[in-house]
Amino acid sequence: MSLLASRIAAAKAEGRAALIAYLPVGYPDVERSIEAMVAAVEAGADVVEIGVPYSDPGMDGPVIQEAVDVAVRAGVGMRDVLRAVEAVAAAGAVAVVMSYWNPVERYGVERFAADLAAAGGAGAITPDLIPDEAGEWIAASDRAGLDRVFLVAPSSTEARLRSTTAACRGFVYAASTMGVTGTRATVGDAAETLVGRTRAAAPDLAVCVGLGVSDGDQAAEVAAFADGVIVGSAYVRELLEGRGPDGVRALTADLAEGVRRAAVTA
Amino acid sequence: MTTTSPPQPGELGLLARPGWPDATGHFGVFGGRFVPEALIAALDELTEAYEAMRVDPAFLEEFARLQRDYTGRPSPVTEVPKFAEHCGGARVLLKREDLNHTGSHKINNVLGQALLTRRIGKTRVIAETGAGQHGVATATAAALMGLSCTVYMGEEDTRRQALNVARMRLLGAEVIPVTTGSRTLKDAINEAFRDWVTNVETTNYVFGTVAGPHPFPAMVRDFQRVIGDEARAQVLEREGRLPDAVLACVGGGSNAIGIFTAFVPDEGVRLVGLEAAGDGVETGRHAATITGGSPGVLHGARSYLLQDDNGQTIESHSISAGLDYPGVGPEHSYLHDIGRAEYRPVTDAAAMEAFALLCRTEGIIPAIESAHALAGAMELGRELGPDALLLVNLSGRGDKDVETASAWFGLGDREEVDPGPGLDTDQQATEGAISNDEAVAGPDAGETA
Ligand SMILES: Cc1ncc(COP(=O)(O)O)c(C=O)c1O
Repeated sequence: MSLLASRIAAAKAEGRAALIAYLPVGYPDVERSIEAMVAAVEAGADVVEIGVPYSDPGMDGPVIQEAVDVAVRAGVGMRDVLRAVEAVAAAGAVAVVMSYWNPVERYGVERFAADLAAAGGAGAITPDLIPDEAGEWIAASDRAGLDRVFLVAPSSTEARLRSTTAACRGFVYAASTMGVTGTRATVGDAAETLVGRTRAAAPDLAVCVGLGVSDGDQAAEVAAFADGVIVGSAYVRELLEGRGPDGVRALTADLAEGVRRAAVTA
Repeated sequence: MTTTSPPQPGELGLLARPGWPDATGHFGVFGGRFVPEALIAALDELTEAYEAMRVDPAFLEEFARLQRDYTGRPSPVTEVPKFAEHCGGARVLLKREDLNHTGSHKINNVLGQALLTRRIGKTRVIAETGAGQHGVATATAAALMGLSCTVYMGEEDTRRQALNVARMRLLGAEVIPVTTGSRTLKDAINEAFRDWVTNVETTNYVFGTVAGPHPFPAMVRDFQRVIGDEARAQVLEREGRLPDAVLACVGGGSNAIGIFTAFVPDEGVRLVGLEAAGDGVETGRHAATITGGSPGVLHGARSYLLQDDNGQTIESHSISAGLDYPGVGPEHSYLHDIGRAEYRPVTDAAAMEAFALLCRTEGIIPAIESAHALAGAMELGRELGPDALLLVNLSGRGDKDVETASAWFGLGDREEVDPGPGLDTDQQATEGAISNDEAVAGPDAGETA
């Protein structure tokens, strides 16, 4: 079974959703970004989504962009990412890389898959790669035994929900709203509807929800209908505002309580 | 339809297509769709609506009417013999897209996409712009068709193309300066995509060039191919022969694809794209994507791009805002790889030399973008010699560039404007006196020009 699927199943066995923390490598620098990831693991994140810095992050809002710009300018690359993967895996969480496609293609798809597997990574989330264009990645991830996570969105048709989930392994990333990453006051009904439609298309695949979750209350709300809760901008904001690993720990504790609260009230 | 022949008389241009891209938008290994899933439904909707529209006689008639009565098509072909004296004696014909309403080829594409926007029932358009010409064209079409319009423009470009910012605002568009990344066209495209994914229910993205995800490269090409369809017939009629070479500047590549497409089946006609080499490709400060880049993925498609070892996009540099882009349309990458078109670099200095020459010899102020194509003609003409016939796409006019050019030539801050870069005698002109070291001051040459 895939590393991601078994970790999410383990959370489910505890009657809760999995907590997935996104942090980009290289903000404020490589060392401190890895420290922040380890802090998230120690405070209760099940999975860390390790962001590969990219100069043109089309799906990200201003918060993540600002942090990632710093990492890009500092020349952070795949070797740093692989180091973060090793650190997260060693700390006991599942490490999944989140990368726009060009950095992977530039590194070499086959080489990326082999090196990621060797570093102990579970697989990769590819926000601007749809399965239709992913032939090389599907083959390489199969050979390396890696998970691959594609996205579905409220605008996805039933046919695309079926074809996209069929290409996923580990989980499918449900983008809760039409828009970019960033914290939002409400996550909205669109997420729940999308999760329901995605489940109907792929009953055996875990569905994790991202975009907009920023605190324990929202995490609880999402955990009531999803298998996993993905939090990104709220983590990055902790670092942007200088709260460092302590801020990450406090946020994780709040979110970890949130994903458990749902189980009690649901 | 996969005919490779240009439209026959009476046949409407949009119906003719070369044998590419394939049904999913691939030009060989290039093109495709590398975008978040959230945008796929909108791209599918656009593709479907466009494929229906392009064979709809009512649309074709309205499009033809707008091109004629609003844009002023067909644009003329002008021979420029005095300029040609600087091109090794080759004869030079200009396709005058600068005479279109709004001042460049960009209007050709925008009218098509604005009609498509209306057809799919959306009420708001967004656009990215570099030089401001695509933004102005989009704002114009939006005013004409009663659509609301938001234009994203890199902050750096709002400064160097201030005239066009004012024009867009006069036309009722909202202009949003983009302050992320390099603050130029590439970042304006990122912001426009973010807007689109957020507001896709009401909003259509009117993309300005033959780049981006499918269907934009094919659709924008179809709307721009009128340039080459007209020019091919015009050259044949006046010369009884085809040109030896067709030249155009390449930013994203829409004016170049527009003039190339009709000539692609004419194997004896060289297709030459001129890329902005900025300070020189060897300096790293340039925008010559095919000459100095490598294949990768940017802005929704696989194509050549300027990137570093980590796959980060490298910021481009060009005096021309419209060419200052680190990517290029996938069809150009394909034409390059199959050897059907060639791509050459033109430095800022060479482009500005050609810019000044056309002003002084022919009374035509070109866009700095188009001046890159003129510089290419000077170089190629010298290679080919006096019998050659060159067709150059004059993609736009230079009104928007007056400030940049004044600064380059050091004209602005003088009481008495110098007769200028060495064109005061014929003798000097024929010897190409606007050589950079002699008379044309670059930005670093200060007061000495
Ligand atoms: C006059 C003119 N020519 C050329 C270009 C470059 O675009 P493309 O390469 O798509 O023709 C621009 C872009 O702004 C322009 O304004």
